[in-house]
Amino acid sequence: MQKYSVFSLIKNAFSNHEKWDLAWKDPTPKKEYDVVIIGGGGHGLATAYYLAKEHQITNVAVIEKGWIGGGNIGRNTTIIRSNFMYDDNARFNEFGMNLWRNMSQELNFNVMFSPRGIINLAHSDAQMNAYARRGNSMRLNGIDAVLLNREEVKKIIPMADFSEDVRYPIFGGLAQPSAGTARHDAVAWGYARQADSMGVDIIQNCEVTGFDIEAGKITGLRTSRGDIKSKKIGLCVAGSTNVLAEKLNMTLPIETHLLQACVSEPVKPVLDGVVTFGAGHFYISQSDKGEMVMGGDLDGYNSYAQKGNLPTIQHVLTGGVALFPFLSRLKMLRTWGGIMDMSMDGSPIIDKTHIDGLYLNCGWCYGGFKSVPSSGWTFAHTIAQDRVHELNEGFSLNRFSKGYLLDEKGLGTKTWIS
Amino acid sequence: MLNIKCPYCGDRSQKEFAYGGDGTITRPKLNQEISDEEWDNFVYLRKSPRGKHIELWHHIAGCRQWFKVERDTTTHEIFRTFKPEE
Repeated sequence: MQKYSVFSLIKNAFSNHEKWDLAWKDPTPKKEYDVVIIGGGGHGLATAYYLAKEHQITNVAVIEKGWIGGGNIGRNTTIIRSNFMYDDNARFNEFGMNLWRNMSQELNFNVMFSPRGIINLAHSDAQMNAYARRGNSMRLNGIDAVLLNREEVKKIIPMADFSEDVRYPIFGGLAQPSAGTARHDAVAWGYARQADSMGVDIIQNCEVTGFDIEAGKITGLRTSRGDIKSKKIGLCVAGSTNVLAEKLNMTLPIETHLLQACVSEPVKPVLDGVVTFGAGHFYISQSDKGEMVMGGDLDGYNSYAQKGNLPTIQHVLTGGVALFPFLSRLKMLRTWGGIMDMSMDGSPIIDKTHIDGLYLNCGWCYGGFKSVPSSGWTFAHTIAQDRVHELNEGFSLNRFSKGYLLDEKGLGTKTWIS
Repeated sequence: MLNIKCPYCGDRSQKEFAYGGDGTITRPKLNQEISDEEWDNFVYLRKSPRGKHIELWHHIAGCRQWFKVERDTTTHEIFRTFKPEE
């Protein structure tokens, strides 16, 4: 594989950048693989990469219905954080933070990870107490949490509305200074390129149409590009999880919902971190290009449409203008949507299933992007060793029936309001 | 924006309604032994199909009645709306 560096950049400049190697090949599917990963998004590609790197399993295919970077890995708002209260979520995502910090070097691809910090705003004394509790839980798990008072928040986001007569006056906030953002396409491309270089086949435009199961064991799958045999298959398809589960006669604690985001026209630097305004159903950051990147609620009803409706965008921006009045003068550049695998407790599932050799990775809700490395790492371990790692043992499929929920926000099973 | 026909009030904008989830789920009968599996099915497990979906909606800023909607989850086409007992 061609190494990317300033020298290769200069060298290729002399040939008008026309002689770069393809970042990954376009192979025809083989008849059999040791492991097949369904879903060529961030999680699927990271899983394939860590299968090859950590477990030396390189006879692997990643099957993608669309194209690499076309799903949620290219549709998210790129936020990376580990500000969770429960141990299982906190340890898992803090493990991921360490993978993020080295990702550009490890993948030889600049993912532009930028630890610019996140603030969750609080609007009452009760919420400040709740944040103090969450911050303490985070610190017990070695995660940097800082409880900010009103004046400290004002120093960081002076352009927010700090009047006292607004519906949600700012009392303070909980910050995680090590949180940040990254360039999401680069994450997909970086993992794909490295996985490919170690022998993984990345097969695009290939839809899974069925599964072969014999005596409770998975033996292969049928696709639009022919049948493929494999004794181990990992499902990593986010919003399409329920569609494939139906083909497997499985019913899961997952609903598929649409989440939208939008960006404004680019402006000069005004906001250096991520700010979440939970009371206003709104969060925001500023991209390196200067666009204000914003999002908020789900559209609110089961949906597989990868585009949303206007009332939700209006609702999100109403909250946005309440917090940052200057936004009212910006033009919106574009809006888009992605389909989310909303789990019944807001936490993911990375587990084996009742079918031998079939592994499940889903339930990422709003927060799949930050977990790309940690999910790939633990899912690769689960598949390679045929047992869960201690980092993902809390993300079991049967935790719902057993009552061991990881309901970080205590919102219950109405996935569309969580 | 969805245009939803409340069976009691007629066509109204989506903004008047609140969503209530899968309309095919039935609660296990009261005063009977309920197995863990039945409870799991009722509380957590959802088909969430791509295509036709029967769901509950609440005309919360109107007549405040609950009713059912049959809608396509990809195109958002609404095929019919009906009272829960229908």
